[in-house]
Amino acid sequence: MSTTAIDTQIALNGALNRNAPIRQSAGAQVTDYDNRQTVGKITVDNPKMACREVNVYYGQKHAIKNVSLDIGANEVIAFIGPSGCGKSTFIRCLNRMNDTIPAARVTGLIKLDDDDIHAKEIDVVQLRARVGMVFQKPNPFPKSIYENVAYGPRIHGMVNDKAELDQLVRDSLERAGLIKEVEKRMLEPGTSLSGGQQQRLCIARAIAVNPEVILMDEPCSALDPIATAKIEELIDELRENYTIVIVTHSMQQAARVSQRTAYFHLGDLIEIGDTDQIFTNPRHKLTEDYITGRFG
Amino acid sequence: MQPLLFLTLLLLSAGAYYVGRRRALAVAGGHIRNLHSLPSFYGSYAALWCGLPALLVFALWAVVQPNLLVDWVVAGLPPELRDLPPDRLNLVVNDLKNLVGGNFVSSASDPVMVEAAERYRQLRAIGNTALWVVVLSFAIAGTAYAWRAISPAFRARNRVEGVVNLFLIASSTVAIFTTVGIVLSVIFESMRFFRQVPVAEFLFGLQWSPQTALRADQVGSSGAFGAAPLFAGTLLVSAIAMLVAVPIGLMSALYLSEYATPKFRAFAKPALEILAGIPTVVYGFFAALTVAPLIREIGSALGLHVASESALAAGLVMGIMIIPFVSSLSDDVINAVPQSMRDGSYALGATKSETITRVLLPAALPGIVGSILLAISRAIGETMIVVMAAGLSANLTANPLEAVTTVTVQIVTLLTGDQEFDSPKTLAAFALGLVLFVVTLILNIIALRVVRKYREQYE
Repeated sequence: MSTTAIDTQIALNGALNRNAPIRQSAGAQVTDYDNRQTVGKITVDNPKMACREVNVYYGQKHAIKNVSLDIGANEVIAFIGPSGCGKSTFIRCLNRMNDTIPAARVTGLIKLDDDDIHAKEIDVVQLRARVGMVFQKPNPFPKSIYENVAYGPRIHGMVNDKAELDQLVRDSLERAGLIKEVEKRMLEPGTSLSGGQQQRLCIARAIAVNPEVILMDEPCSALDPIATAKIEELIDELRENYTIVIVTHSMQQAARVSQRTAYFHLGDLIEIGDTDQIFTNPRHKLTEDYITGRFG
Repeated sequence: MQPLLFLTLLLLSAGAYYVGRRRALAVAGGHIRNLHSLPSFYGSYAALWCGLPALLVFALWAVVQPNLLVDWVVAGLPPELRDLPPDRLNLVVNDLKNLVGGNFVSSASDPVMVEAAERYRQLRAIGNTALWVVVLSFAIAGTAYAWRAISPAFRARNRVEGVVNLFLIASSTVAIFTTVGIVLSVIFESMRFFRQVPVAEFLFGLQWSPQTALRADQVGSSGAFGAAPLFAGTLLVSAIAMLVAVPIGLMSALYLSEYATPKFRAFAKPALEILAGIPTVVYGFFAALTVAPLIREIGSALGLHVASESALAAGLVMGIMIIPFVSSLSDDVINAVPQSMRDGSYALGATKSETITRVLLPAALPGIVGSILLAISRAIGETMIVVMAAGLSANLTANPLEAVTTVTVQIVTLLTGDQEFDSPKTLAAFALGLVLFVVTLILNIIALRVVRKYREQYE
């Protein structure tokens, strides 16, 4: 495990050597099921976030084991894997949502641009304003549609007056592709919308605080195919301005929306690479089995 | 004799269960899957047929037999006794019953009565024997009927469940009918009161002095039934109680549900709920012996005049008593706000306090309001604390340092004592009770509606 030493060195220096292959197996194909070294290139040319040697423990359970990967700016990266593989746990590390779970403990380095998100001077509140999140089940607040979107800007003091707030709410709803549907019913409760609309409202709510990264934890698993298609279209448009991390159970969805894909298995990052390559030519046997539907 | 019959009936039913079950298995050729229902349902069906009709006959008989016996015995009395006016005849019948029961009565030596009592005993013995025969034959006939009805296609489960259903309905109606009965009796007595005292005078009169004269020549007992001071006193004490209970209860609910560690919560919540389990009479001691003197001392140290029994003392202690109602219910509704709401708020960069004030409290507000309304209706109906600590003088005042009296206290004082039950004094208690009932009913209805609306919010 000489690569670990290199990693640690990199972590200590705080500078990421973008070209050095870190903790990845040599050779083209991995047929050994027990080999849990990450296959594929974990780094990118222009990383927005960088994770090194991330471990997560839930009490005694070791939920994420030594995961290192980069998330490129303005890319959509998909985390796939069977249930319980840790992909949701991992995505929750990226905006420190695991802090809200008392038993959870996260170690390792996670950087957003050049800031260590676990550093003392980083306020978790600011971090979450920069790294937004959309959840599996649409969770609009029991408030009006307008108030749902205005919630974030209000608590962060992003606007000076009502007119600015109105504009920001409209813009966010517009970017979430929801404005036409809700324009005339801004004061109705957010819960009165359909499931797909609610999820887009949650995306608008996340966009409203102008984040740099948007985390989506299975955003379509509670939606029907039509609503799913709309969200996927939206993800594609949002990529222009945001970096998007999406956890999904649907491999088709990962193939449709993402540029890079990471495959997790029982807390290990097994394989990472361009989405095309992962789905057409997986290099690790576990990835291949999952993609071809042998399990998961 | 009767308990023995009842036991016999129970045993027979158990036997019928066994027989029915055996029969079902027999007609099914020993294979349970040939039957429509499980064998135990056939057993229960037979047991019900054995027990229920017999029990009904038993009950009917127990009601009818004594009256019939009396009629027959009276019919056998000599004409001069039989033709007495009804109330005198009643006395004779009572004597007769006492005689039968072996008690000493004035007419014990009267041969006519002794003979009638003897006749009564004979008839009763015959009746009881007949009861045994009839009840047991009903039980056996019922079992036989069920035995014949059992066939593989017979839907025993549906029948048995139907009967169980009826039992459940009957049980729930008991509570409802009791409530209706109480309400009706309060309403009728109140109407009697309002025939003597006008409604407007009762509701809006400012003078409460419910001492009515026992004798016509008594002085100083005119009787004034203006209940406004009582309502004001109730309102004052309840308001003080809510001023104590709502903030403390809400804050502790917030702490318990959002800040406390699970370990602390597991200890603190039950501990808080113990407050609700303390008998109110104990709170009453506490208010009268500890809090009231304390308030008076503090008051006199500040140069204020404080009555030894004050609305403040009663209200404070009542507030303490009500804390668990507010805190426990509010804690439940705050906890019922889905975790996804908290996650959504935190994910937007909200702090804990922002999440609580802007998401959790608004979401839980209807439930919190409901819990407060329930607490108010509890405060209004509370009796022991105010009896012991608020005093008896019906002052129309907003000063919490003076003694006041409440509706419940007055009901207690009106009904304790030697007044006859048709004087305005005692009837006033029913009118007060009616007002109390109406107010708490309205509060409870509002509270329940609010809480229900809240429940629908996330569904």
